[in-house]
Amino acid sequence: MPEITYLEAIREALFEEMERDPNVFCIGEDIGAYGGAFKATEGLLAKFGERRVIDSPISETGIVGAAAGAAHMGMRPVVEMQFIDFIGNAYDMLTNYVATARYRAFLPCSMVVRGPSGGYVRGGPFHSQNPEAGFIHSPGLKVVYPATASDAKGLLKSAIRDDDCVLFFEHKYLYRRIKDTMPAGDHVVPIGKARTARQGQDLSIITYAATVWKALEAAAQLEEEDGLSVEVIDLRSLSPLDDDAVFASVRKTNRVLVLHEDTRTGGIAGEITARINESCFEWLDAPVLRVTAHDVPLPYAPQLEDFVLPQTADIVVAARRLAAY
Amino acid sequence: MKRVSQGRAAPRTAPATVRESRAAWANLGREQLLDLYYWMRLTRTLEDRLVALYRQTKVVGGLFRSLGQEADSVGSCYALEPRDVMSPLIRNMGSMLVKGATPVEILKQYMAKGDSPTRGRELNIHFGDLERGFIGQISPLGDMVPVMAGVTLTFRMKREPRVGLVYIGDGATSTGAFHEGINLAAVQRCPLVVIVENNRYAYSTPTAKQTAARQFLDKAVGYGVPGEQADGNDVLAVYSITKRAVDRARAGGGVTLIELMTYRRKGHAEHDNQSYVPTGEIERWERENDPIDRYMRRLVDELGFSASDLEKTDERVRLEVDRATDEAEKSPPPQARDALEGVYANPPREQPLWFRPDSRIVESHERAEGWGTYSADKSADA
Repeated sequence: MPEITYLEAIREALFEEMERDPNVFCIGEDIGAYGGAFKATEGLLAKFGERRVIDSPISETGIVGAAAGAAHMGMRPVVEMQFIDFIGNAYDMLTNYVATARYRAFLPCSMVVRGPSGGYVRGGPFHSQNPEAGFIHSPGLKVVYPATASDAKGLLKSAIRDDDCVLFFEHKYLYRRIKDTMPAGDHVVPIGKARTARQGQDLSIITYAATVWKALEAAAQLEEEDGLSVEVIDLRSLSPLDDDAVFASVRKTNRVLVLHEDTRTGGIAGEITARINESCFEWLDAPVLRVTAHDVPLPYAPQLEDFVLPQTADIVVAARRLAAY
Repeated sequence: MKRVSQGRAAPRTAPATVRESRAAWANLGREQLLDLYYWMRLTRTLEDRLVALYRQTKVVGGLFRSLGQEADSVGSCYALEPRDVMSPLIRNMGSMLVKGATPVEILKQYMAKGDSPTRGRELNIHFGDLERGFIGQISPLGDMVPVMAGVTLTFRMKREPRVGLVYIGDGATSTGAFHEGINLAAVQRCPLVVIVENNRYAYSTPTAKQTAARQFLDKAVGYGVPGEQADGNDVLAVYSITKRAVDRARAGGGVTLIELMTYRRKGHAEHDNQSYVPTGEIERWERENDPIDRYMRRLVDELGFSASDLEKTDERVRLEVDRATDEAEKSPPPQARDALEGVYANPPREQPLWFRPDSRIVESHERAEGWGTYSADKSADA
């Protein structure tokens, strides 16, 4: 089978799930006739029609709320945020309404909110965000953030079939930069399971999304220049977190670096570090270190963005310190 | 009652009365006319009972009244069919009763009982049942409008002849969610009736500080939907105007915005002393414009009912509320550990808090038989 991009993998998942289940429909801004800002939904309108591919007004609260209402009635809506930065407009609807719906009222909320996320693309403060940490704090929501094309497809298919609301973050830096061969057949990847992106013995890098690729670059460099064997864990799911996979890697290498593109304070790295501390303290040979973005809004100019976001060189520096501890 | 065609502002006049020849209530039989009285009386008697329980500290949280607004809830919801779906607000207990919520459920909710519809998770009338056709509200106002846009979008997508009705207060029309929801529903021609209950106050804030529009009805023009207004304290006028909007929605005519003019005689909640209300205002509405008194006069003076017909209904309501109170009071509180269940349909396996030895890993989140107000399986068929 030919290789397809991360973006094509997402489109394929949407096509397959809409074909499989008539209750699946897409709603979002410019997703129909135009095919979406990044063309993730291109071709859907022609195939499935206006009833199932709905061009919405610019109303993030409106479409997320409407998706919840449709989900209550047995539908499986897939909402596109044109940029995930705009999910902030629907924060109330997601955290107050959707996240609590099953618990307080036993209302089914089988829905997906997906959208292009992340930086390294010169998008500036409102087209580069990684708002995932703001949602893992809401019990009732699930959050996934794939790093590979085949995970993008398999996780999106799982998210659409899941009976809970899943926030599906897509890294726009990866959309057209990486390719994969899709496994044959009905390819689904379970939510809540991490993936070992690279086996190693000396230290572990726990990360997700675009920084998985930076971690792999750093690991190759560290092997060549320092003879270090670095393990890379790709979390894939951020809520729920795969504690078992993280702890297994900690017990194997005893040195841990948690890496993400999101800002440091209140980022997911803090949560992962706390869990390792509570469950694996005696397995550690060094303090858990974090590599993250600076705590600033993401600037536009390449010189500024590159300085703020974690780079491969930062990971190498941190890993060397960890190995030498 | 008056109608506003699109693009033309309505004159500011008091709501006109329904012209008898056009009134949908003219099709109601004696039993249904008495039904309307029964639901209004039940609403008021049940709320009176809740006040007594509140004073006995048996109500766990706050108490919210709809005194003086019973006609707007009951008359509007009475226009719906059993398969239609309604989303109430805090002053729509009457609508919920009409749609099938029972006094005992409401009493158990207020008393935070273990077998209340939400098993002690939610307060007061924040509960729903998709089978009976009402969806529980949440406290952030306006949110139910987009949700009901989605419910009715589904009716349209599945070509089901069902209608949605969502209530919103004068205050919540100021939210972004209201705007986004009604606009989306209008664009998609969803079969949705949006009722703005203008009861003059949002907590302490009068409508003049909520909007510069002359009347909420005027907002319909901006959304390109028909707008109608009625005297919210005239149950038959409310029924008529809502029935017409419901019929229009069912026939594919899309959204209607209805403004019901009424008055909130109690505070936002029972603790609110209403210090912001001008002297004499509440008393005047009580004396001159009580919806139940008005309807009783109409039933006896114009519609051929006797005082004893109404007394019999009052007695039936009293007995019903007494029985419900006895049953609710006997109910046990929830089991503390049940607080962990039901967050997800497919629960992640999370470690319980180690310092709470009686907590446990939640393996499955489908609740035991009888939990919740409806089953997930049934909702899929709805």
